Amino acid sequence: MADATANRVTVGTLLTARRGNGKLHWTDIFTYLYLGFGILLMFGPVVWLVLSSFKTPAGLLEFPPTMLPLGQISVEVEGYDDPLPVFRATLEDGTQKDLAQIRRIGIVSQMVDPANPENTYKVPISDRTPVREFRIATENYVEPLQRFNFGRYLWNSVVVTVVATAITLLINSMAAYGLSIYEFRGRNAIMLFVIGTLMIPITVILVPVYLVVTSLDMVNSLWAVILPGAATPTGVFLLRQYMLTLPRDLIEAARMDKASEWQIYWRVVLPLAMPAIAVLAIFSIMWRWNDFLWPLIVLNRSEVYTLQLGLNAFQGELDVQWHFILAMTVVTLIPVVLIFAFLQRFITTGIANSGMK
Amino acid sequence: MSSDTKMTLSERLQTVAGWPLQMFFRILDVPFRAIQKLGGIGPMPYVFLLPNLAFFGLFVVVPLFINFGFSLTGGTNLFPQDRVYVGTEQYEFLFNCENYADTTTCQEDRFWKGLFNTAIFVFFQVAFLVLFSLITALVLNRKIRARGFFRAVFFFPVLLSPVVVALIWKWILLRDGILNAFLVSLGFDKILFFVSPEWAMFWAIFVSIWAHMGFYTLILLAGLQAIPPDLYEAAEMDGTSKERVFWRITLPLLWPNMLVVIVLALIKGVQIFDEVYVLTGGGPGTATQFIVQYIYNTGFTNQVQNFGLASAASVVLGVMLFALTMMQLAATRRRDNG
Amino acid sequence: MTYRMKSLLGTSILSLALMTSSAMAETELRMTWYDDGNESAAMQALLDKFEQQNPDVSVTLDVVPYKAIIESLPVQLAAGDGPDLARVTDLGGLSKYYLDMTPHLENTEYWRESFGPFLKWLSPEGDAISGFMTQLSVTGPYVNKTLFEQAGVEMPGEGATWDDWATAVNEVASKLDIPIPMAWDRSGHRVSGPAIAQGAKMFDADGNPALVDDGLKAMATKLYDWHQDGTMAKELWGSVSGSTYLGANEDFANAQVVMYMSGSWQIPQFADKIGDAFDWWAVPAPCGPAACTGMPGGAALVAIKDTEHPEEVSKLMEFLAQEENLAEFYGKNLFIPGHLGLAEGGVEFASEDPRAIHALETFAGAVPSISPVAFDLQGYANNRVMFNALISRLGEAIVGELTLDQAFERMTQDVEKQLAEKERGN
Repeated sequence: MADATANRVTVGTLLTARRGNGKLHWTDIFTYLYLGFGILLMFGPVVWLVLSSFKTPAGLLEFPPTMLPLGQISVEVEGYDDPLPVFRATLEDGTQKDLAQIRRIGIVSQMVDPANPENTYKVPISDRTPVREFRIATENYVEPLQRFNFGRYLWNSVVVTVVATAITLLINSMAAYGLSIYEFRGRNAIMLFVIGTLMIPITVILVPVYLVVTSLDMVNSLWAVILPGAATPTGVFLLRQYMLTLPRDLIEAARMDKASEWQIYWRVVLPLAMPAIAVLAIFSIMWRWNDFLWPLIVLNRSEVYTLQLGLNAFQGELDVQWHFILAMTVVTLIPVVLIFAFLQRFITTGIANSGMK
Repeated sequence: MSSDTKMTLSERLQTVAGWPLQMFFRILDVPFRAIQKLGGIGPMPYVFLLPNLAFFGLFVVVPLFINFGFSLTGGTNLFPQDRVYVGTEQYEFLFNCENYADTTTCQEDRFWKGLFNTAIFVFFQVAFLVLFSLITALVLNRKIRARGFFRAVFFFPVLLSPVVVALIWKWILLRDGILNAFLVSLGFDKILFFVSPEWAMFWAIFVSIWAHMGFYTLILLAGLQAIPPDLYEAAEMDGTSKERVFWRITLPLLWPNMLVVIVLALIKGVQIFDEVYVLTGGGPGTATQFIVQYIYNTGFTNQVQNFGLASAASVVLGVMLFALTMMQLAATRRRDNG
Repeated sequence: MTYRMKSLLGTSILSLALMTSSAMAETELRMTWYDDGNESAAMQALLDKFEQQNPDVSVTLDVVPYKAIIESLPVQLAAGDGPDLARVTDLGGLSKYYLDMTPHLENTEYWRESFGPFLKWLSPEGDAISGFMTQLSVTGPYVNKTLFEQAGVEMPGEGATWDDWATAVNEVASKLDIPIPMAWDRSGHRVSGPAIAQGAKMFDADGNPALVDDGLKAMATKLYDWHQDGTMAKELWGSVSGSTYLGANEDFANAQVVMYMSGSWQIPQFADKIGDAFDWWAVPAPCGPAACTGMPGGAALVAIKDTEHPEEVSKLMEFLAQEENLAEFYGKNLFIPGHLGLAEGGVEFASEDPRAIHALETFAGAVPSISPVAFDLQGYANNRVMFNALISRLGEAIVGELTLDQAFERMTQDVEKQLAEKERGN
């Protein structure tokens, strides 16, 4: 496996057998169309989410939607206390004029010319359109974030993610080591069991797990979120498959040098298994960071809330507030994007290298 | 290249967390060495397995047993000792059908509808997921500019939470969403995607492929890169057409990775829940209500939280999944041996 | 400068006092709360006041997603892991976990006088005092009056039936090219009021639930037909499964809906979102042969039985339930008071929007005309079983998975099955 990527430069020509003779095969055109379409399809939705999250509630309701967040301009007019919204009105003689609306009565709007506050007009509401400018609705972010203790939730999320990932990596790699290096009685049975449980979604055993957690008196503590998912079958499976590919003579050589089994584990096998461990680390971080359903059940005190719970706390019974939902979705995205931007290389090459043989 | 990554990774690990980590492992060496002295190498695998199995037993095995126990009881009490033993009544209720092919004749129609929907979903999702992962992997394996960037483009949705994925797409697909705006600008009528059962199922499948394709693409990409280049060179010498090269060399050599992709995709497909739950809510009607959602609703969202029936349904699901896995394993074995 | 110094000194003394008071606090109470808008701010203000007067008690407000109230809280309560107080909407269903505060209250008379009928909702089988309504709600329709004016269609007046309204909104919608003439919240609770107006009894002679009768069938058939002829849009009722709630508030606010059947809780949101854009107008509940009624409902703050500090919890509840404090809370949030004394005009609503004031008056004024059947249904502990069966099966019929008759049959079965399950072991 290790030499797989080493060949990448030469194998770049999988389908293009005729390198450099300048003739365009249909696959070349297809490749660039596919990649262009791929960027649009994969990035487009997220870009649209971010753009939308800066729109005012009224802006979100518009159809057809505008590309950029817009807000209606309002002006201060002499003689009126509050700023008035500006519309482009079509007057009776057919001319168009930017007017400020004083009030609307039924289907008629009373308007004033901001330049000459003495001139007032009556315009049917179907003859006016709002005048707008580019404006970012930062209140979508500020308002919900001010309502709760953002720092505290962020800290809890970080603690859960880091501690859980550390525990997962340690015990999963130990188990994988045990299952891949030794021949012993019950090994196949344990492996079968691991694969079997790989298929059980936690969602279907929520209540029994809750019973275990409550009998251990862990409800409303971060341990209730950290511990139940630590022994992931996926992790054991992934690490074991990778460790099976490691050369046995290294281990035998270490035994000759009188190294203890534990030393072989952490001095020899762990460093060699680093690509697979990195992959598991990334997945563990993502699982923990994005976890929602389970924390919702075991955590009900604000001092132990994770970010995902806190950000959803404004979702009420009767009201779907898209402007907040979109903005808070962007907030939860930011750490993921940051981690990805920094670790992109390791993640993608790591998965490729560990190869899931 | 790959050994470079290993170096930088482990180097970084050592510089960031090196010293305390070293100490941690060094201290743990003392008890482990003592055990090894006492019992030799024989008990060591069990010692290494112990922590993982302990957690596993506590949070997976014990709940599985409780779950099975629940499935033989009725009522709404939470603690097993307060629940009423009803024997196999919950199972009988689930399997009480006049005609298994027509879900409306079943007493618990939603359970069967959920199974049926899940089967359809898994079939199409896995088929297209494998197809598109393969195409993407082939494209990314070519000599293209900025390959790392494109690999990242296709991979990043894997890292998003299911809820976020569903919200992003829901926002696009709403009646007044941008996709409908696009359709209207092309002169079409708006389509209410979540009202038509076919469209809802289509988007459920589409979105889950969008979210997971990157992961499977990388597995296939690794397989493609492991194919020895001299095979292609030899084919080129012979003037073999590209299509033929693909069918005769690429696909057969990629098969082990394809198998991994198919198995993993099947497992994940059966477990589908939160993405679709947020995206379509299981609608219209029950057109995209899957088996895990049925179990969740029965045990949690209904006013009468029916843990017994939910547990029975999850046991049935578990048995079906286990049979499916065993069949897959058997198929893999036969292939490996033959 | 000196003024600044003084205020600085003042704040530091105050904060010192606060610190010592929190150091002195011996009892910590937890209140689990959910927000529809931003009610937690008003509640927090009251809690701060309470803590000032009672330095030995501190109260923490835990705002959770509504999903947690519906799904997680019952499990937590059953396991004994619940909070000391909680804001709930399944009023009767959770009543076995409520604390009866009667022995701890100083003035039970005040509670019975002020919250009389609502105490029964929280204690269907007894006469416990467990809490009060944070919000009384009444279901009823809103119309977009501006659209009626633009179309030149007369709005049906007092005593109009659902059919009158259906004709009128269809006329408006076709004249002005509005996509959705009528929308209803996807909720069994919302359907129940009009069904009772059509003559649904909901219970049999012995008081046992009997969801499906001719009245309910009449209303369900109407709704089914309206979805087929385009009076109602399938996207609301057809697009999700089971008992999932969906509202059309966004569409109504965007002037895409002529008439919207929802309830009083939309007022603050509409005042905020629609504002002056068009005249959103609450109208009295349309009539059927039996009555002209909506459904009462709402959320309650209740004390939890498993609390270790029943004395302090009762003290807190007594404080919150004081007339002036409740008036402040209802007023700030534009909620219909769930307090009989305040219901007669004792609340000053924090809004100058004439539409909001009119809507509040309309809904509050509708309370006396609510049918007794509707009150019984709201007070019935397992009413959500009935609501959920109604909406989920009707939804399946509307998208064509079941015929109406099959749907009625399934509704009856669903209710029977769930109630039987609940009876077991109790």
